[in-house]
Amino acid sequence: MRLKATLATLLAATILSTASMAQAETLRLLTWGSYAPDELVKKFEAENPDIKVEVTFSNNEEMIAKLRATGGAGFDLAQPSHDRIYAAQLEYDIYKALDLSKINTDAMEKSLLDGVKANTTIDGGVYAVPHQWGTSGLMADKSKAPDLKSWSDLCDPKYKGKTSMRLKRTILLGTAFAMGHDPFAAYSDLDKYQSILDEVVDKLIVCKDNIKAYWKGGDDLSAMMLSGEIVGSETWDSTAYKLYAENPNIVFVPPTTGALAWIDTFAIPRKGKADDAAYKWINFVLQPENVTIMSGSTGAIAAVKGGLDLLPADKKAAVNASFTPADIDNLKFFANIPPGVEDMEGKALEKIKASTGG
Amino acid sequence: MQKDVKRLSLILLFTPFALWILLLIIIPHMGMVVLSLREKVAPRVYEYGLGNYIDFINEPIYWNTLLRTGSMSLLVTVLALLIGFPIAYYIAKIAGNRTRGALFLLCLVPLWVSDLIRAFGWILLLRETGVISSVLQWSGLVHEPIEFLYNDVTVIIGLVYTVILFMIVPLVSTLDGMDNAMIEAGYNLGGSGPTVLRRIIIPYAMPGIVSGCIVVFMLTAGSYLTPILLGGKNSSWFTEQIYDQFITRFNWESGAAFGFLLLVFTSFVVWLGLKITGQTLANTVARS
Repeated sequence: MRLKATLATLLAATILSTASMAQAETLRLLTWGSYAPDELVKKFEAENPDIKVEVTFSNNEEMIAKLRATGGAGFDLAQPSHDRIYAAQLEYDIYKALDLSKINTDAMEKSLLDGVKANTTIDGGVYAVPHQWGTSGLMADKSKAPDLKSWSDLCDPKYKGKTSMRLKRTILLGTAFAMGHDPFAAYSDLDKYQSILDEVVDKLIVCKDNIKAYWKGGDDLSAMMLSGEIVGSETWDSTAYKLYAENPNIVFVPPTTGALAWIDTFAIPRKGKADDAAYKWINFVLQPENVTIMSGSTGAIAAVKGGLDLLPADKKAAVNASFTPADIDNLKFFANIPPGVEDMEGKALEKIKASTGG
Repeated sequence: MQKDVKRLSLILLFTPFALWILLLIIIPHMGMVVLSLREKVAPRVYEYGLGNYIDFINEPIYWNTLLRTGSMSLLVTVLALLIGFPIAYYIAKIAGNRTRGALFLLCLVPLWVSDLIRAFGWILLLRETGVISSVLQWSGLVHEPIEFLYNDVTVIIGLVYTVILFMIVPLVSTLDGMDNAMIEAGYNLGGSGPTVLRRIIIPYAMPGIVSGCIVVFMLTAGSYLTPILLGGKNSSWFTEQIYDQFITRFNWESGAAFGFLLLVFTSFVVWLGLKITGQTLANTVARS
């Protein structure tokens, strides 16, 4: 009898504890390094005591690979760039359509919101809304390379052995622009795009001799730039802004053909289990005071109305040192990647990597 | 009854190993093979076929990288053996009992640090503004900073450093079991140093050499971090190709084919090595 009673209490206790655990919801966030600063996570958890935030840092390609592996399970909110939604959804069915009525879209910068919506609408469903935007362009040490202004200047023999780039699609697109093409327009005609790519590959193979090394992440790029081993590089603007704080000679340079702009978004994985918590997080980081904290950590500009003004002071100075209003007008937003392009670009990059240089 | 107990204990002891092999090695690899035989014909539409393997054969970049990875791994294996053998011999035969333990521990210490940190260590030493370049400039030997990083030599140095331990450990354990009297007998019978080494020590150490070489070769060919971080503009490594196929190109099918090809290729090299040197797994690795 005693045993039975004990068992019953134990059982009851177990049920109770699992029940209370089930109440504490977990928001599993799949995002970029620095897109979930501790300060904000703590603040969010304090405002929503029943939600626990778990953060996984990743990048565009790995986010899609992770979600593809599980068919969209394992995470409740993901933040791929706007050009990584449409094709990935068509091919792998990893996101679910958003309920825009649950998102405070009024706070968002209208042009960015409309742009992302246009890029990520499938069968009437909108799959992403913008979060932060920034650009890829050039970075130069003004004291050593004042004239570095175009993508093709990285290949200028003047800077032999003193420049760097990341061997990814950005440099292919940038070089194509610098050669007078519009690669995004050619996305609709893949044969034409291939011929552009072939030209770009030839150019970058010749250029290889000029490059010190291909950087792989923000850290090795920063180390090379700060130590003066290189004087200019292809870069993310946020990396350049961080370096500007340490050495004001290092500035972000929007290329003459226009900096390439990306928008990181919010998208909900298809098998996400905490949609409400996800919407709460989205609305939470849209609040102006949180935007400043977020931008301070990411170095990117929030896609909210007046996002530029909400930047922390040091970042604002870095942006102003780099961009004129004309540069902003000249931004080239990454176009949706149609199926097949990834493969063509991958092959182009392999060719460059495997060649023994010019 | 006694027999049943024995059998039961055998089964119990064997089960974890069998499960490990089956669940973590055989089943995933079968999955990879199946995946590698799928070809994408349209979004969400796949067909079975050998297309991914044909692509590999038709694209020189791919098999060149595989051959490059294979030959550099062989070089690393040979270097690791040449450097590791004297060290192992010293630890097992020459060093006194107490120093032996200390030396062995010293060899193990680098393994406590992750691969990534060790690679960054090399970067700090070898970069243009790094320790070695600065010391050379300070001492007046050179007047310009020198870049040691980003070339194949650096990759080989880094890889040898990462894997040499896996050469030393089996060598020490085989050499340890060798009776010193055998070496003395060799000398007493008039053998010179090289003769004793060639006719007595190396044959005795063969099990250790073979298993060390196999482990080192496999680890090197499958390594990712060191070649990526230390390698330069032209150094592609096959594992990098696999990563690119899986992650940046979303092409799991051909990534799986590449992974399987790497496995077949390295197994083939090991088999060839055993054939050429006239060794078999049974009388070397199994005995070590």
